Amino acid sequence: MSLALILEQLLNGVQFGLMLFLMAAGLTLVFGVMGLINLAHGSLFMIGAFVCAAVAGVAGSFWVGLVAGLAAAAAAGALIEILVIRRLYGRDHLDQVLATFALILILSEGVRMIFGPFPLYLSVPDALRGTLDLGVVEYSRYRLALIGFGIATAIGLWLLIARTRLGIRIRAGESDREMIAALGVNIRVLYTVVFALGAALAGMAGALVGAIQSVQVGMGEPVLILAFVVIVIGGIGSIKGAMVGALMVGVIDTMGRFLLPRAFALVLEPAQATGVGAALASMLIYVLMALVLVLRPKGLFPAHG
Amino acid sequence: MVEKRREWTLNAVLAIALFAVPLAALWLDEPFYITLATRVAILALAGVGLNIALGLGGMVSFGHAAYFGIGGYVAGILAHHAFSGQPLFLGLSGSNQMLVIWAVAMAISALAALVIGALSLRTSGIFFIMITLAFAQMIFYFALSWPAYGGEDGLPIFLRNQFPGLNTMRGWEMFVLSYAVLMLALALFAMLRGARFGAALMAIRQNPARAAAVGISPFGIKLTAFVISGMITGLAGAMMAELTRFVSPAMMTWQMSGELIVIIILGGVGRLFGPVAGAGILVAFEVLFGGLTEHWQFFLGLVLLGVVLFARGGLIGLLAGRERHG
Amino acid sequence: MTFAGKAAAGIAALTLSMAAAQAETVTVGMITTLSGGGAGLGVDVRDGFRLALEKSGNENLHLVVEDDAQRPELAVQIAERMIQSERADILTGIIWSNLAMAVVPSTVAQGVFYISPNAGPSALAGANCHQDYFNAAWQNDMLHEAAGQTANELGYENTFIMAPNYPAGTDALTGFKRYYEGELAGELFTQVGQTDYAAEIAQIRASEADSVFIFLPGGMGISFMRQYAESGVDLPIVSAGFSFDQDVLPAMGEAALGVINTGQWSPDLDNAANRAFVEAFEAEYGRLPSIYASQGFDTANLILSAMETASVSDRDAFREALRAADFASVRGDFAFADNQHPIQSVYVREVVEVDGVLQNRIIGTAFEEHQDVHGADCQM
Repeated sequence: MSLALILEQLLNGVQFGLMLFLMAAGLTLVFGVMGLINLAHGSLFMIGAFVCAAVAGVAGSFWVGLVAGLAAAAAAGALIEILVIRRLYGRDHLDQVLATFALILILSEGVRMIFGPFPLYLSVPDALRGTLDLGVVEYSRYRLALIGFGIATAIGLWLLIARTRLGIRIRAGESDREMIAALGVNIRVLYTVVFALGAALAGMAGALVGAIQSVQVGMGEPVLILAFVVIVIGGIGSIKGAMVGALMVGVIDTMGRFLLPRAFALVLEPAQATGVGAALASMLIYVLMALVLVLRPKGLFPAHG
Repeated sequence: MVEKRREWTLNAVLAIALFAVPLAALWLDEPFYITLATRVAILALAGVGLNIALGLGGMVSFGHAAYFGIGGYVAGILAHHAFSGQPLFLGLSGSNQMLVIWAVAMAISALAALVIGALSLRTSGIFFIMITLAFAQMIFYFALSWPAYGGEDGLPIFLRNQFPGLNTMRGWEMFVLSYAVLMLALALFAMLRGARFGAALMAIRQNPARAAAVGISPFGIKLTAFVISGMITGLAGAMMAELTRFVSPAMMTWQMSGELIVIIILGGVGRLFGPVAGAGILVAFEVLFGGLTEHWQFFLGLVLLGVVLFARGGLIGLLAGRERHG
Repeated sequence: MTFAGKAAAGIAALTLSMAAAQAETVTVGMITTLSGGGAGLGVDVRDGFRLALEKSGNENLHLVVEDDAQRPELAVQIAERMIQSERADILTGIIWSNLAMAVVPSTVAQGVFYISPNAGPSALAGANCHQDYFNAAWQNDMLHEAAGQTANELGYENTFIMAPNYPAGTDALTGFKRYYEGELAGELFTQVGQTDYAAEIAQIRASEADSVFIFLPGGMGISFMRQYAESGVDLPIVSAGFSFDQDVLPAMGEAALGVINTGQWSPDLDNAANRAFVEAFEAEYGRLPSIYASQGFDTANLILSAMETASVSDRDAFREALRAADFASVRGDFAFADNQHPIQSVYVREVVEVDGVLQNRIIGTAFEEHQDVHGADCQM
């Protein structure tokens, strides 16, 4: 096991974590401001990927596709908020779970009706093909770009919340809902904007990841469940928590899948060790989540006190 | 009072209908409808389990498929060892007696619910939903990748296990058995709801602070309800494995957890016969629309959305009027 | 229509179908995956089957198709209904091994034929074989064995092998190793449904491998190949055709070019039946057929050929007629072994681009008249 391999795996973990962050940030934002659990967040991820693939195929440019995917997810988010989600704010979580579960069924089958049953083609933009020599290790340019995108988005999000008028309203919405209505902020518009922003983040993640994954129906839900784990670890409603949780999950999952089978190979036969190691590696992040829960039931960075 | 009476009438109609449909099918020699009614009864049983946690205790578990699957695997694994004659572990042998299998299935799913519940109940609300989902996902991945009992291929049960005095391979007798168990579970549910335990549980749901002030320990009571809930859903899983003669990790997917919630909502949360009505609607929908269009899930989604937005009491709420339940 | 009206119509349809059954209609129930991520395979099996029906002009075969959503319990339920309510004579259509394991044993136990157009789990080829179960596609190991053989012929001596951690995945690695003679540079199990393979690719890069064998069907293969193409690792890939067929090639794009894979069929396979099939399929559906479509097409023709010589109500005669496999398979040579799984050639294929469409081209033959090893455990 060389240093280069370990370094490459660390980079992989960080990249995976940053993509999870894009998903988790939208979820946690929507929960923090509106107190809503949105299971259909994974469907917005899927919409971003499908629209990006379809538009990139027609326009011949990944970047045009990316913008389209992001816009489509934001538009779908706004539409869903106005038609459905808006009626759920005052309801209990059970109604929210069920309505957004219904949205998953509708959006998954809807996407399949429009785009057909076969996976779509979406390729990495030419400028980012191949690898870059980082000295110790040769690493995919596109994955490096994903790391860059993830960091840039995180900074952008932080600036948006800390420095802009919209950010002030979002923060106000998180701490005191009556208060901001009293301040004369149109709360309906604010909610729609926040939901669309979360949707755009999910759509962007879908489009970015879609270039190196299979763009297919149902691609969003596995990511959604991981994003839940991230939020539980980080603390609901906290962007900082989402970032820390996402990086932890990304790195631990990647390193676990890489190291556990090797560890078992020391005591078991190789074929058996890979099987057992892989089985346990798939449970590792949930064990991490349970541990965090025992030590800090509200997550590492609880948003409200 | 009128509404109360109307709900009881409705319950009686549901109980009779669930029995009459397969009886008619038996008479008309349409065995498929007997199988279908058995499926409704078993899904309803799983729903009754979830209804204790969700309907009475207000604990929105999005991971009840885990107990459903654990129960199923207990049935599959015990039957597998009874069939092959290999000892299980520590010299214990398998079993092909349903009563033994049910007892083990309930014990093990109760144990799983105890561990998961003890961890998850440290939180509440939205946290609770996500954590129960994540733990179920963990068990799902374990079942998927652990090779000993078939992994994703699942585990067939070649011969249905035995129940004293019945021939369980006959569809009608299997139905009567499932129906009887469902009725027992409904009786248990009604008893729990009426007892002090149920009152304490509902008091905690409505106002945890006040409940604590009068000396009710929320954690202990909620955990007890959660364990009973997981236990009944586990029993339903074992029976479902008998019915399909097959277990696989598909019983534990998050979609299955969602479906169990859907069953309760379609029927009416917290209602005694809610799960029966919900399971009936869901299975009927699957059978009727599944044959008509491959996009049937799209329409199921629309119906669900309509129920959540405009008919919050579910079917029973719609027909019997709103309950005090919020 | 009112409910009563619907019920009346339903009863009328039922009586009609019963009357038709007396006029020697054969009812075939097809349970296949038409929704969710794996829908492409089911759609192709169905379309291939329908095409064969249309071309034959035989109206006595009554086909009922239903979606199993890739869920075993739903497949079991549909099978029960098709057998008990619609009185199906034959079931077919299942794509996935785990669904086949759930449905096939109880189907044949109820005295209904099952003819597999895709899945071929080893249990059903060996210890649990049955006189009413036929496999018209392959036993699961077959194409992987051919991939092992191909790796030998290409002179690979240190192959890195990888598959998802589930039974079909372990079967794939076992099948590959059964024929492969070189060393293993590494052996990895991935998660089912995994979408990111960066960690695995890093290990391939760090190993001393001279080649890579993968079994990653559906979306998993698409994800892996896209990431592999961007990783800078350029070791040659050898695989079974499942991961490189017409259902996924368009989505993989140029990343798949040049990959060597094995299959019992290829669109350019040179025989009259196949030329006619490929042409008709393209004309009808506007896309190239996949290996799955070819299997659906052959399954239909197998059933139709048996209907020519025997009545389905005479089960023994009909079973003999199926066993004879007297039809023009698009694979060319085709016969059933004693365990009623195919004896067939397996070809070595390469992914090429023809007129902007990625497709496979035959470059050699891995096995002739190949048969699976599990038949030895089959006592019928």
